[in-house]
Amino acid sequence: MDKKAGNWEPKILAFLCSWCSYAGADLAGVSRLQYPTNIRIIKVPCSGRINPVFIVKALQVGWDGVLVSGCHPGDCHYLSGNYYARRRFTILNRLLEYAGIEQGRVHFAWISAGEGKKFAKTVGEVTEVIEKLGPATRLVKAELGNGKKK
Amino acid sequence: MMDLQTKLREEAKRLLEEKKVDVVIGYEDGSMALRTTPCFVKDPRDVERLVWNALCENNLAKYLIGRTNKAAVIAKGCDVRSIVVLINEKQLEKENIIIIGMPCAGIIDRKKIYAYLGGADVKQANIENGIINVKGDGFEEKLNVHDFLHDSCLACRYRNPVFCDILVGEEIPEVEPKDEYGKIDQLEEKSSKERWQYFSKELSKCVRCYACRQACPLCYCKTCFVDQSFPTWFGKSTDISDTFSFHLVRALHMTGRCVDCGACVRACPNNIDLRMLTKKIEKDIKELFDSEAGLSIGENTPLASFSEDDPQDFIG
Repeated sequence: MDKKAGNWEPKILAFLCSWCSYAGADLAGVSRLQYPTNIRIIKVPCSGRINPVFIVKALQVGWDGVLVSGCHPGDCHYLSGNYYARRRFTILNRLLEYAGIEQGRVHFAWISAGEGKKFAKTVGEVTEVIEKLGPATRLVKAELGNGKKK
Repeated sequence: MMDLQTKLREEAKRLLEEKKVDVVIGYEDGSMALRTTPCFVKDPRDVERLVWNALCENNLAKYLIGRTNKAAVIAKGCDVRSIVVLINEKQLEKENIIIIGMPCAGIIDRKKIYAYLGGADVKQANIENGIINVKGDGFEEKLNVHDFLHDSCLACRYRNPVFCDILVGEEIPEVEPKDEYGKIDQLEEKSSKERWQYFSKELSKCVRCYACRQACPLCYCKTCFVDQSFPTWFGKSTDISDTFSFHLVRALHMTGRCVDCGACVRACPNNIDLRMLTKKIEKDIKELFDSEAGLSIGENTPLASFSEDDPQDFIG
């Protein structure tokens, strides 16, 4: 996909917890729900596993957007992983915005295993927001961005 | 009334003579004017080396980490708070250290003096009663110490140690900082692009010397994330993307732990205003979780605890 040509499509990286959101994505699939194909999924054991470094790194290597999703508060398989994660994400989200990363590059959502529809809807919305923002440029390392050498 | 320096030396002498500690970690005069340097006194006859004045800037908590002998450490309000964080994070045994607390009305930022003097070389400096007398080739000026304090000192709310074994002198009144988050509030009002440009410009000065990390009393990881090579999280170059990412993550690691002692800013050879990142997080932590770092032993850092009704407006 050439960023300069008119046929640019955003690439979005999703971190999904294996117990809820990944199962939610699975449900969306087996229910044959339609959602944009811009998303690439990394399955993590828990939203508490997501180190803010992962998200900063994703932006650095040129992903146009990041979606982070885990179990709803109170539903964590490990009881409290998502509560700890929520605090980290709060600070990260504010810091990224403050440092000048466009609002809307990084998204957070709670999606349960039964919410296939919510997963499809969230991916649709996130893709739309990032399409409007255009290709990521800030924080992207030129030689790494979009898998292309400068 | 005895001055604080004499009292401090007496306390240090007593601790060493009574063999309560193996070493007293304090400050001595540096080899250049306007400087002090950390000093380690092991012999009671050497306590005369110790000094105490408004130039004692280093956060000596750094020298406590990994220490196997018993140490007494001279600590200002901010230094004590970083020691408290270290104790809470199980990096120090409270029993192995004696904190000699010093009430502190602020430390001189010598770069501000150099700037005021237009870069003139200061050969000699004496401080007496809040006035610093600086001398150099062909000039002599008397300056008010309060006009040349570090930015972090101007934002200080804890001039007295929150906790100590020995308090030298008497507590001084706390002052409400003026315009504590002034620069941060101003930046927050700007557009996303302007903020990006501000930080890109500021952080492009970084040469990745890691002095900020080395000076920080709370950066004690055996392997720092930027030194890891498997995986290599961020490149080691001065590419703006690499430096930006390094500083973002460094600030994130300080979340709820940074006591704003200003050690990182003082260590920076290129005068990057690192507090613009750490102080911002401190502000958020206070606002969101009503938490301040290093105020009491036994407290949990905000990221190591949670509440079921933490804010989550940004999560869909």
